[in-house]
Amino acid sequence: MPSIAAYDFGEFVETACFLKDRPAFALADGTLRLPAGGETVLTLHEGGLLCAKPDPFGKRLLTGGEDGRVVSVAADASFEEVASIGRKWVSAVAGGPQGAVGLASGRSAYVHRPKSELKEIRHERTVEGLAFAPKGLRLAIARYDGASLYFPATDAEPVSLEWKGAHLDIAFSPDGRFLVTTMQENALHGWRVEDGRHMKMTGYPAKVKDWSWSAKGKYLATSGAPAAILWPFSGKDGPMGKAPLELGTRGDSMVTAVACHPAEDMLAIGYQDGMILAVRFADSKEALLRRGGGGPVQTMAWDEGGRLLTFGTETGEAGVIDIAG
Amino acid sequence: MSETANTAEQIPVTVLTGYLGSGKTTLLNRILSEDHGRKYAVIVNEFGEIGIDNDLIVESDEEIYEMNNGCVCCTVRGDLVRVVQGLTRRRGRFDAIVVETTGLADPVPVAQTFFMDEDVRAKTALDAVVALVDAKHLPQRLKDSREAEDQIAFADVVLLNKTDLVTPEELAMVEATVRMINPHAVIHRTERAGVDLDKILGQRAFDLTRVLDNDPAFLEDVHHSHEDHVCGPDCDHDHHHHHHGHEHDHGHDHGHHHHDHGPAEIHDVTVKSISLRGGEIDPKKFFPWIQALTQEQGPNILRLKGIIAIADDPDRYVVQGVHMIIEGDHQRAWKPDEPRVSRLVFIGRDLDAETLEAGFAACAARAKAPA
Repeated sequence: MPSIAAYDFGEFVETACFLKDRPAFALADGTLRLPAGGETVLTLHEGGLLCAKPDPFGKRLLTGGEDGRVVSVAADASFEEVASIGRKWVSAVAGGPQGAVGLASGRSAYVHRPKSELKEIRHERTVEGLAFAPKGLRLAIARYDGASLYFPATDAEPVSLEWKGAHLDIAFSPDGRFLVTTMQENALHGWRVEDGRHMKMTGYPAKVKDWSWSAKGKYLATSGAPAAILWPFSGKDGPMGKAPLELGTRGDSMVTAVACHPAEDMLAIGYQDGMILAVRFADSKEALLRRGGGGPVQTMAWDEGGRLLTFGTETGEAGVIDIAG
Repeated sequence: MSETANTAEQIPVTVLTGYLGSGKTTLLNRILSEDHGRKYAVIVNEFGEIGIDNDLIVESDEEIYEMNNGCVCCTVRGDLVRVVQGLTRRRGRFDAIVVETTGLADPVPVAQTFFMDEDVRAKTALDAVVALVDAKHLPQRLKDSREAEDQIAFADVVLLNKTDLVTPEELAMVEATVRMINPHAVIHRTERAGVDLDKILGQRAFDLTRVLDNDPAFLEDVHHSHEDHVCGPDCDHDHHHHHHGHEHDHGHDHGHHHHDHGPAEIHDVTVKSISLRGGEIDPKKFFPWIQALTQEQGPNILRLKGIIAIADDPDRYVVQGVHMIIEGDHQRAWKPDEPRVSRLVFIGRDLDAETLEAGFAACAARAKAPA
């Protein structure tokens, strides 16, 4: 049976992650809590924290706040301001290659690169989400009626990918071949980057608010249903014409968070009622990691070795689960 | 139709509409600075005019997002979805939210956000839509734009502001015009937005258990009921019957409403109110009818409110709607001395009164055969 080190922060946990091998929890009140080995509390933002994302290109956590600042927290828990745009909310952040950082606020996306000025890219509509391609300095933003692709180091015109509706979050597949968005509707949309071919992923009873790529990008696991929905992305057409895997189906709760194991075909599924299961892709075998709690699971993350899972809930409960016990 | 109940955890949201210059900023500054013992988060379009520094003032760019097939009924304000989600993650930071809209804003997507987005709906409850009206400039606004009329038609509470800038005759005419657009809103006359904040905040106008509480005469004005929908360019009947709803709320004299209003103001009014009434209603006929009606006529319906006497049901059934969104619930038991009558009011455009009347009449429960 897995063991849990449980914490109660009493504040919405936006993002749980690991800084090196230390569990870290970014809370909506603007603090970062590092409870292991004597609790450390870092105040990253005054007012509140709105978004926090581990940088897939570097061992750091990027956060954005109501104070208009973006902060980078390094593996050793030292932190520094990356950008400050004044009084507007920073609603999304993304890490990119060579230390690049993207941020969104209202109808602007900004790109920070070390040793150069903050570049503002204005849009006609709100920039809802952003992500960097795995290779090359290429930024994708999600917006109303589609997505736009930029090479922020140049002044080249953006490539526009159109699909009617409001697109909120955005992610590249790990191989960079596909771009996927979550929508205001209960759906995902995707494009094959090389030719813009569409991928409609619908059928969710609720909005998709969390997603995770499985090892080697074989599947994209998503929340928004009573089961985790995993779309296959290994073929050249992505999920087109294929049925998704449905794992961890429950009749009495909804999936609110997902985190794929870094190496194995297995994922952690967090539910509305606070339960967490680990489920294997091959045979749908389930293991109970957490029985439940006071609020929906908001965020989960595995450590590099894939033995520890951190989680945080909307009501401030959090913890680290050791699956080896 | 969904049955809903507001829970204690839902944060009330007041939507403030009104043209530039109608006094919204004055009112917001009062909400932010007066000692009323409550903390408000305020969502504005521009920080600029608010003279108060407060970390609970949030700027957001108006973003109307059409969902699904692009129907007007499925629009939400994407910016509000995001900001409200951000605000509501932190418990206990504030007690209520006020959303300020731009003068040209359509109030409908703002209101629909609080019904259509599942996360926003779970965490907040629309309290009331409050429209500020500049008494001096309303006639001109109605000529210029449809938004001014929509804002009034959609409101639960109307602040008829800047009353010091008009003559009593002008004021009477402006109030009659507001009444014509929206017979059921509560009207307060103000100078410099000077109204007791308790009269605009915490109204629970969308709460089905409370809906129509501000309008206790809703079921009573029988003898005028057929006149509501014939108000048109040549309308010259007196509008006194519209005033029952708010007479008790403020003491000023309503006698002046008996002035005839000339066609000049009224022909700029394109919204009309249709009031239907009946006796006991057969639920097997009523629910399919109202569902189909709101599906088909949704784009023309701005607001809908009603009390339904369902046959053999001891409880009053209340309904309310915005475009295609309709909610209904049992409210409370009929009192022994209350006549079991039904009433349904639509405020909208291009609604055909005769068709609606015939449709509603067909929902009547058949009289029981004598035993």
